[in-house]
Amino acid sequence: MSSKKMTEPRRSAIKKELRYVAILRIGNNSEVSYVREIKAEVIQNTVRDLFLQANYFIGKDVYDKLKEQCEIEESPVGKSVLKQIIENDEIASKEQIPICQDTGLAVAFIELGQEVLIVDGDFNEAINQGVREAYTKGFLRKSVVSDPVFDRKNTKDNTPAIIHVKIVPGDKVKITVTAKGIGSENMSSLKMLKPADGVEGVKKFVVDTAVNAGPNPCPPIIVGVGIGGTMEMAAILSKKALLRPVGQYNGDLRYAQLEDEILQEINKSGIGPGGLGGRTTALAVNIEYFPTHIAGLPVAVNICCHASRHAEKVI
Amino acid sequence: MENVIRIMTPVTTEEIRKLRAKDNVLITGVIYTARDAAHKRLVNLLNEGKELPIDLKGQIIYYVGPAPAKPGYAVGPAGPTTSYRMDPYTPQLLKLGLKGMIGKGTRSKEVIDAMKEHGAVYFGAVGGAAALIAKSIKKVDVVCYEDLGAEAIHRFYVEDFPAIVVIDSQGNNLYETEPKKYRIK
Ligand code: SF4
Repeated sequence: MSSKKMTEPRRSAIKKELRYVAILRIGNNSEVSYVREIKAEVIQNTVRDLFLQANYFIGKDVYDKLKEQCEIEESPVGKSVLKQIIENDEIASKEQIPICQDTGLAVAFIELGQEVLIVDGDFNEAINQGVREAYTKGFLRKSVVSDPVFDRKNTKDNTPAIIHVKIVPGDKVKITVTAKGIGSENMSSLKMLKPADGVEGVKKFVVDTAVNAGPNPCPPIIVGVGIGGTMEMAAILSKKALLRPVGQYNGDLRYAQLEDEILQEINKSGIGPGGLGGRTTALAVNIEYFPTHIAGLPVAVNICCHASRHAEKVI
Repeated sequence: MENVIRIMTPVTTEEIRKLRAKDNVLITGVIYTARDAAHKRLVNLLNEGKELPIDLKGQIIYYVGPAPAKPGYAVGPAGPTTSYRMDPYTPQLLKLGLKGMIGKGTRSKEVIDAMKEHGAVYFGAVGGAAALIAKSIKKVDVVCYEDLGAEAIHRFYVEDFPAIVVIDSQGNNLYETEPKKYRIK
């Protein structure tokens, strides 16, 4: 829906108590456009609720996959590790306590509709306030230090959040949050490959990164891969890839096949659950890609533990 | 699954020398918590020739920084953190009689050599099984370094804390031996 053509907000929207404001566009035949008002407080409360949800409730996709792997895992130790993880996730959701004590860095991906007007507050501050409330009132651990090199002082409320905003058409706001544990984040890697390295080069780099991580990132892991763009684009894509449900492949068949091949290759490593041996080292490999330079092939690998915590909501 | 071995802290060198990689153990008694920041302070004290705030003889250190406890809970979720960050400090503590460490992930050669020399084991707890592990922690006190928050040294009173011997006092290491058995060439 384009703001130019929109004459009046739809009745259904009004029924849903969405608030629209008319904007008189002076100098443009005094045409009237409508934008939707969203209070900063609504953003704040949504962010808070999403971080609590992500930290207490494991996604059904991960839970189902863990159960499936537990059935077929050949290693007795590996099986017992998977059983403990499943039991852990059940306790966390039943008692509404965090799945893992490392409740992570707070990362938020926002898709902000261009017909939205944020009112009564600062947008970024609303997100940080939501994080602050979730972490201080929801019994989550505060793991952020203010300065990475010198002071390393805890900010005591897990802020600031890492915020990625994309402006999109429409009058909605989609908020996706992830609480990212550092044990697996520390095992992540990025490499600027040469175009000549091709698909084999990509495969080798991703598999090596996952396998060299061994027991450290709390396997079974989920592997997010970002390919293309620039250095930072590849990194952001690799994090986005982790938000895709386990078991859902890339829409492009060639990439879907690559995901599957890499997954099988990683699971041949024998690292297994907890790194104590077995067939289940990774639950999924998710690739996102973007056009890149004629002379470049950036590849980022973001590793996530089995405690893959994310949640989303459209406002 | 192998038999489960119950151990009570403090432990003796003989007991610890008997444990073998892959043994499942249930630990009962007091264990201490410490992460990087607390290790750094302990080792700084040693380097200055001062005494430590805790006697490490026969003790087990758990590498953990728990989440806050909800009302009615002794402790918040409390799973292991990655151990290699403690590697630079560990040999000095083993020398003082530390008998066990609980964490996740690999250890350095220096740590394993010191474990062999002094008779100590490295236990693994399941990373990310924090809510489950917390069930075995019955009571918690802060010992020192309260300013470090979750990273302060705590005393955990545990009952049947579930762990597996990952590296024993002979240097047998499950992270090396087990994946090989399931590797497909
Ligand atoms: S890597 Fe994940 S599961 Fe493991 S301790 Fe960190 S947050 Fe928890």
